[in-house]
Amino acid sequence: MADRILSDFEISYIKQGVLADMRSDGRSCRDYRSFELRSGIVSNTSGSAEIKLERTNILVGVKAEIGQPNPLNPNKGRIEFFVDCSALASPKFEGRRGEDLGRNLAHRLSDLYENSNCIDLESLSIIPGQDCWIIYVDALVLEYSGGVLDCLSIAVKGALANTKIPKLTVIGEGEEQEIEISDNPFDSTSIDTNNVPVFVSLSLIGNQFIVDASHEEEACSLCQLSVGVNHKGSICSILKEGAGSFKHRQYNEAISLASEIGVSVIEKITLTNNTAPEKML
Amino acid sequence: MALKGEPHYVAPGDVITANLGFMRGHGTYESDGKLLASVAGVVERVNRLLCVHPLKSKYNGEIGDVVVGRIIEVQQKRWKVETSSRLDSVLNLSSINLPGGVLRRRSAEDEVMIRDYLKEGDLISAEVQQVNSDGSLSLHTRSLKYGKLTEGTLVTVSPSLVKRCKNHFHNLLCGASLILGNNGYIWISPIILDDHQQEQMRFQLPSTPGSSSVKTVTHVATIEERETIARLRNCILALAQSRILLYDTTVQYAYDASLKYEVKE
Repeated sequence: MADRILSDFEISYIKQGVLADMRSDGRSCRDYRSFELRSGIVSNTSGSAEIKLERTNILVGVKAEIGQPNPLNPNKGRIEFFVDCSALASPKFEGRRGEDLGRNLAHRLSDLYENSNCIDLESLSIIPGQDCWIIYVDALVLEYSGGVLDCLSIAVKGALANTKIPKLTVIGEGEEQEIEISDNPFDSTSIDTNNVPVFVSLSLIGNQFIVDASHEEEACSLCQLSVGVNHKGSICSILKEGAGSFKHRQYNEAISLASEIGVSVIEKITLTNNTAPEKML
Repeated sequence: MALKGEPHYVAPGDVITANLGFMRGHGTYESDGKLLASVAGVVERVNRLLCVHPLKSKYNGEIGDVVVGRIIEVQQKRWKVETSSRLDSVLNLSSINLPGGVLRRRSAEDEVMIRDYLKEGDLISAEVQQVNSDGSLSLHTRSLKYGKLTEGTLVTVSPSLVKRCKNHFHNLLCGASLILGNNGYIWISPIILDDHQQEQMRFQLPSTPGSSSVKTVTHVATIEERETIARLRNCILALAQSRILLYDTTVQYAYDASLKYEVKE
């Protein structure tokens, strides 16, 4: 993912640091960097959040709109992801080069959300087969320096927790059904995001997995294991990236480590969501 | 106009002077017979020429500056070095100390072996030898102080935060050495040994061409050294975030103040 060039010495320094359990910023292999999550910052969205992790900066906006459900699942709402890697984030996104990564990230998020059944899509249905809520999740990568997938999933979770969907009443029966939106803008429901998982990426450096790799560390890791974890610590998705290999025992260890880290990260998110002063529209 | 010795700060759009006796330099523009600043920075005056030096900019090299850079390209007789300035800098084969320490003519063999000396991705410390007409820099490493950097961490800050000092190489009391590059690249490494060993550490070359270079003499940083380096790195980033000028004293103070916290905090 990262294409930064490092000298041989830097790579060996980082590798030895991982072996000694003292990484170049003083963390041990299983420490997560502190991140800053702010929610409800964009006033013209249904919900939004911004995350800053060192220099990575991602803004997520959620918009709820009424639309037609998928004919295969007529009594379910829809949730759609779009990730934009702006050319401002990193010189390598210049032109249209950010699009591939953006599509890739969006695809992984939608996979994660689909597989884990974390959001009750049936509650988003309004009139089965005719109308439903579509949740558009748009993410903007403002600055790119490693750990994008993790940050993205955290920010999306934050933004969804912050999302307010107006209450509706359905009038009429049969073919002549009509929808009426409540006049009171504060009369709204929120989405239950308790079950929503986040990604925890582990990078293999030398022979060891590390949590939350910095940009330099990503550059010298052979492969990455991205694990989707929910608040109970259960695994929702696993994805390996890169050409490196590892032993079966390491894999099991890595996954249990990821689920541990994932739970603590989610705890942190819920904490920030509950304490953050939310801006009302 | 500002008093002598005291910098005159301006924001974009500020009137620098209404006197038309001055010439318009970089970072200024003219409107309604007044001279205004187009960037935020410090006003500089050379005779009748007024310029504004921006506070936040790419690195503008000056002769004699110490820089830390990364080799990004190997060419026929020279290297291209990335030094966070507008254009890539150039390090000529003729401006490095060849291994062995003796001064000798560069042979055609050296040109062939150029990649054995320095290759893509390597970090070097160097001095600015010359500023070319297009603004690119020519570097040289013809002193034992300069050369390839081995074990350590690179920290990048804004170039304007590094104070121009007499000495940019510091061995800090806490047991790490620091190279404050004028271009905002800061190199932190375990204490560098005396000059003789230092020379050995750099430009250690294989006796037979082709075999892997330098690795033989690298000493592996101990965990204490690593901790110090990590702490220094975080201190420098914290200083840079609060926009405090960096030189040996500020870094040392920050380090001492941070001792009561754990490294990762």
